[in-house]
Amino acid sequence: MTPWASPEQPTLADFGQDVWWIVLIKVVGVFAVLVLMTLFAIVLERKVVARMQQRIGPNRVGPRGSLQSLADGLKLAFKEDIMPALADKPVYFLAPVIATIPAFVAFSVIPLGPVVSIFGEQTPLQLTDAPIGVLVILAMSAMGIYGIVLGGWASGSTYPLLGSMRSAAQMISYEIAMGLSIVAVFLYAGSMSTSEIVAAQADGNEVSLFGLEFTGPSWFAVLLPVSFVIYAIAVVGETNRAPFDLPEAESELVGGFHTEYSSLKFALFFLAEYINMVTVSALAATLFLGGWRAPWPISIWDGANSGWWPLLWFFLKVVAALFVFIWLRGTLPRLRYDQFMRFGWKVLVPVALVWILVVATMRTLSREADLSTGQVALFVGVPVAVLVLLGLAVGARSANRDTRLMAEDAAAGGVHAADPEPDVLPPAGGGRRPAGTPSRSEGGFPVPPMDLVVPPSPRLRREPVATDGAVVGTGRRTTPTTSQEDGDE
Amino acid sequence: MTPDAAVVIGTGEAVVFWILGPLALAGALGMVLSRNAVHSALWLVLTMLSLGVFYVVQSAPFLGAVQIIVYTGAIMILFLFVLMLVGRDSSDSVVETLRGQRVAATLLGIGFAALVGAGIARATQDLPVVGLAGVQAGPGGPDAGNVEAIAALLYTRYLLAFEVTGALLIVAAVGALVFTQVERAPGSRSGQKELSRARFLTDRPQTLPGPGVYARATSVAAPGMLPDGGIAEDSLATGIEPQRVEPAPRGAGRHQLGSPDAALGALDPTVSDTPGGREGGEHR
Repeated sequence: MTPWASPEQPTLADFGQDVWWIVLIKVVGVFAVLVLMTLFAIVLERKVVARMQQRIGPNRVGPRGSLQSLADGLKLAFKEDIMPALADKPVYFLAPVIATIPAFVAFSVIPLGPVVSIFGEQTPLQLTDAPIGVLVILAMSAMGIYGIVLGGWASGSTYPLLGSMRSAAQMISYEIAMGLSIVAVFLYAGSMSTSEIVAAQADGNEVSLFGLEFTGPSWFAVLLPVSFVIYAIAVVGETNRAPFDLPEAESELVGGFHTEYSSLKFALFFLAEYINMVTVSALAATLFLGGWRAPWPISIWDGANSGWWPLLWFFLKVVAALFVFIWLRGTLPRLRYDQFMRFGWKVLVPVALVWILVVATMRTLSREADLSTGQVALFVGVPVAVLVLLGLAVGARSANRDTRLMAEDAAAGGVHAADPEPDVLPPAGGGRRPAGTPSRSEGGFPVPPMDLVVPPSPRLRREPVATDGAVVGTGRRTTPTTSQEDGDE
Repeated sequence: MTPDAAVVIGTGEAVVFWILGPLALAGALGMVLSRNAVHSALWLVLTMLSLGVFYVVQSAPFLGAVQIIVYTGAIMILFLFVLMLVGRDSSDSVVETLRGQRVAATLLGIGFAALVGAGIARATQDLPVVGLAGVQAGPGGPDAGNVEAIAALLYTRYLLAFEVTGALLIVAAVGALVFTQVERAPGSRSGQKELSRARFLTDRPQTLPGPGVYARATSVAAPGMLPDGGIAEDSLATGIEPQRVEPAPRGAGRHQLGSPDAALGALDPTVSDTPGGREGGEHR
């Protein structure tokens, strides 16, 4: 049927013909993989964020703290389950379940590997697939919103309600951008089934440039970079992760939608969040990073894309995507709600729409003019991309002109870096400042004093202890003759 | 496939139907009968989900997915969004404001259902049955052809209806925005960004200090204390007479009285009395 047809590559006809115990093994396998990935992701997140903040992170339970999340999960399960008096009991009980089940179901269409042999049965390493495979994931993520929204509403409390309102608005907005970003992949792959999308990224396009023949990249992340970037941003909003973690903003909403939840119900919400993270990472690997197929230097080896090896490549890609999630959390501050919504509706969605138009035009061109995909990408896509990037660079430079001038002023020793054209209203009721005293926050955001000297560490100040057994005082600590506590407990 | 042989229902399909059919019906009834608006919406979600699964079972996976994504995922969430704003405890009143309204509504509803059912039955009575393969046969079987078949119909035969529906929805959305938009002269009201920048131009970009928390008072009237023992003027609440908090009596702890041995009058200092006596002062 397709040029990339090989015995390892499953087609849609391969699905739905497994023996019942193979199906059972796959179901249990997917469940186990998701739970283990959740435990792993939590430890990874805590360790990585700790490193980024120059801490050590969990290091008590298990070798190098690797079992910390398991211990936390067990502790959570044995905690008291609190039902708020004002809660809407059936909905309060259902909400975590509604959040968790779609998270598990969505992973069932993710291809983990090629056709392998399990106890003598040839079967694809994927629970199931359908012609609409990716739409199943979108539908399940749409259902997952209910869990969060209902959980916040049923708690009968203000902060959870605010968090759930935010999450409803946020997840719907970013789901639109996410769905639009995937459309270009559908156009290129000619299918909505996950296994066929992976198959479509199997071989690069032959591009001949000035007489040189070489194979272009086959990953959709390279062929459709705009789609990939939009997808990456949108799924961060979709999974409520920092810097888009407005529904559970702990400094504004205490905990957001799960403020009133405890014990296993809270654990289910936690589980659902991390499974969603794993699922969108796996979807990113499937749609944009070549799925379970080995990346370039490894793919030279013939056996890289057969047998059980692809499982390794797949999970390496997933862990790389998870690391980006954690990296974002460790780097970026949370957005304000209005910035967040403006970004989603006024940047992501229009860009995605225009991009779909461009991709569709290029597809039509390549078909009409009988060019290969690689040639179109090379002769049309690259110049357009260069133009757009130039435009963006110039636009960003002119938009940040004031900030840049202020930064130069500050670098040249200016103390009162002032906005040349402050577009702010006069401070409301600013009569509190005594006249004449300069304020460090004049004209912008407050700056710390630049002439501070870091005081010497108190540990260096510690004097040698008198060890000759002399009785010092009567027990009342009136004379500080020896070292005192540093208070660094 | 001949028209007569077309009606073959597999076991799986029958099982799914007899499980989800009653559920869908229960959802519909629950939607009408429950008092709480959010519960009604949830019952409706159940019905819509069941319908989506029905589509998938009947070899229309694309329709099923779209049913779940669009209806349950987007439209019902928006409903919930509005219902949650109404308030949690606003349940329907059981008092009839119009006399005989329920009886009339029941009768009219049954009449409407009969009318629509009869109309559809009459219209579809003598239609020739083509069969699934005849409508959406694709390279991967009738299931896989579902997407292409729908796309071909939507973008050729029903293109006008499709475009007009899209235009109608856009106009409705823009119209709703226009109606709810309040006209303000530009610059007359500062947004979140302007407010934030204006706040940073004052001497206090952060929030005001809270009232004090003492052993004997946690009221908002109790002012917060500065490190030097003075009263933080900023923490005084407006409209409330500030209350001076009496300090707690002098403590009887080790800090005031020294070690327990000293308090009891023992003469010989113990190891723990000597600072640095135990492990070189590092008692942790």
